[in-house]
Amino acid sequence: MIEQLTVLLENKKGRLSGLCRDLADAGVNMHDLFVADTSDFGIVRIFCDTPKRAAKVLTDKGYRAVVTEVFAVRVPNRPGGLADLLEFIDEQGVNIEYGYCFSRGEETAIDVLKAADDTIESKLAEAGFDVVEAKEVYQLD
Amino acid sequence: MYYQEEIETMPRADLEALQLERLRKSVAYAYERIPLYKQRFDEAGVDPYAIESLEDIKRFPFIVKQDMRDAYPFGLFAVPNSDVARIHASSGTTGQATVVGHTANDLKNWGDCFARGIYMVGGNEDSTIQVSYGYGLFTGGLGAHAGGEAAGCTVIPTSSGNTKRQVQMMRDLKTDILACTPSYALLIADTAIEMGYNPAEDFAVSGVILGAEPASEGMREEIRQKLGVQYCDVYGLSEVMGPGVAMECSASHGLHVAEDQFFFEIVNPDTLEPVPDGEWGELVITTLTRECCPLVRYRTRDVTRVIVEDCPCGRTHRKIDRIVGRTDDMMIIRGVNVFPSQIEQVVTGFDELVPHYQIVLTTKGPLDRVELRVETAPDFPFDEIRALEGLKKRLAAELKSNLQIAVEIKFVEPKSIERSEGKAKRIIDLRNQ
Ligand SMILES: [Zn+2]
Repeated sequence: MIEQLTVLLENKKGRLSGLCRDLADAGVNMHDLFVADTSDFGIVRIFCDTPKRAAKVLTDKGYRAVVTEVFAVRVPNRPGGLADLLEFIDEQGVNIEYGYCFSRGEETAIDVLKAADDTIESKLAEAGFDVVEAKEVYQLD
Repeated sequence: MYYQEEIETMPRADLEALQLERLRKSVAYAYERIPLYKQRFDEAGVDPYAIESLEDIKRFPFIVKQDMRDAYPFGLFAVPNSDVARIHASSGTTGQATVVGHTANDLKNWGDCFARGIYMVGGNEDSTIQVSYGYGLFTGGLGAHAGGEAAGCTVIPTSSGNTKRQVQMMRDLKTDILACTPSYALLIADTAIEMGYNPAEDFAVSGVILGAEPASEGMREEIRQKLGVQYCDVYGLSEVMGPGVAMECSASHGLHVAEDQFFFEIVNPDTLEPVPDGEWGELVITTLTRECCPLVRYRTRDVTRVIVEDCPCGRTHRKIDRIVGRTDDMMIIRGVNVFPSQIEQVVTGFDELVPHYQIVLTTKGPLDRVELRVETAPDFPFDEIRALEGLKKRLAAELKSNLQIAVEIKFVEPKSIERSEGKAKRIIDLRNQ
């Protein structure tokens, strides 16, 4: 599993930049950042080094920040790459809570998924999917 | 077990007949003995001898705290000094102090009212009650003391203060029932824990009778857990008697008003018209047996509502909800009376939220708009938007059913609601700006 830093932000001007500055001041190196927002709040999901420490730093500064376990799969950069993955998960009867995608390099995309059932990760590995390990994404704490 | 079974479980019809008989007597008594009542009743054109039903009391004028201040010191006493057994006074922090006198019978009835609550928490003549309310002009200490004596308990009059000694007494003397304010009960519990005890396990205490200040449901639960006790909320006010006017039974769902001693109404504080059962309003009390300072339709400024249900404890006296606030704190939102403490009650009922909130009132066209700003608890899994939206929906539904108005909910970051040492600014009213 991969530890994702999740932060709750109000939809207010300057909140996101403030968050990034606070992480930078704490010496936390961010790799990827995704924002899911509604009309009044945003949920910021971050891959960064030492996520547990980052969550503690933010909590001490008065943020609502937690570490959430997600999993990531490398999918080939071709039509149907993501469809194959999602179909397999469907077949296992597992619900996806949310997902997003980023790319590292040209050839593959990395799909990040939060599933209702954590055992799906090992099933994916057994089925030959290229599950990404945490250390490939960030520096562990 | 009841302290006065015949009275406490009296069939409603008999109880109401008793109330009517006493009401007629008490209103006429006040009219004959206290010039202020004579003047007020005459001015209002109401005949104190023409009360045919309990409904007739609604024609009579109200009496308020200011009347008592104006009557200081003896203007509302109905008996000569030789018949006054004791005088209590309320503090004059907001103006002239008020004094209330008690005859020997008044004191006896008071003890009986409080003793009913001792039985509600399982007490009887074998019990030891520790009275950690302050003794003195304040009615808490001596009221609970009288209740303990009436019930035949062993009474330990520790009064308040010297908390470590309180804990030692509680442990060594095997206190069964603790009577004090909720905040002091919590301090005693925490002090005991600091001293290395687990009062819930190690101490004999099994009931608490707490009152004289508001306590949220969260605080009540904390006291129950830490001390391992049944919680009895006691309501009373020095103008009317003292603690014991209403007490919470083991059903933990409302306080039985001592209806053989007090006739109560709930009115809309603006219109002064009665509100339907179940709706919030101001508690108005008419004393039925008080000899020294009888009161006819005293406006308590305390906000509560009738809880309509047959109580599983078997008592027939009607119940009121916990006092949710003072009428002074009332907001009128879209024509509906709302009290901050009602909102607090809802918020503290959600484990997913911290009990820290702010209400912002604005206008949107002709309508008032209410926004509740709350923070999620540190361990709430907000990672999924669905979880937050779900919480929002449940909270909105709960608020709607409690307040009868729609409230918009906004989740805020912890630091955005300022915390202060004193009273937090809960309400921000921007409607007239
Ligand atoms: Zn009951």
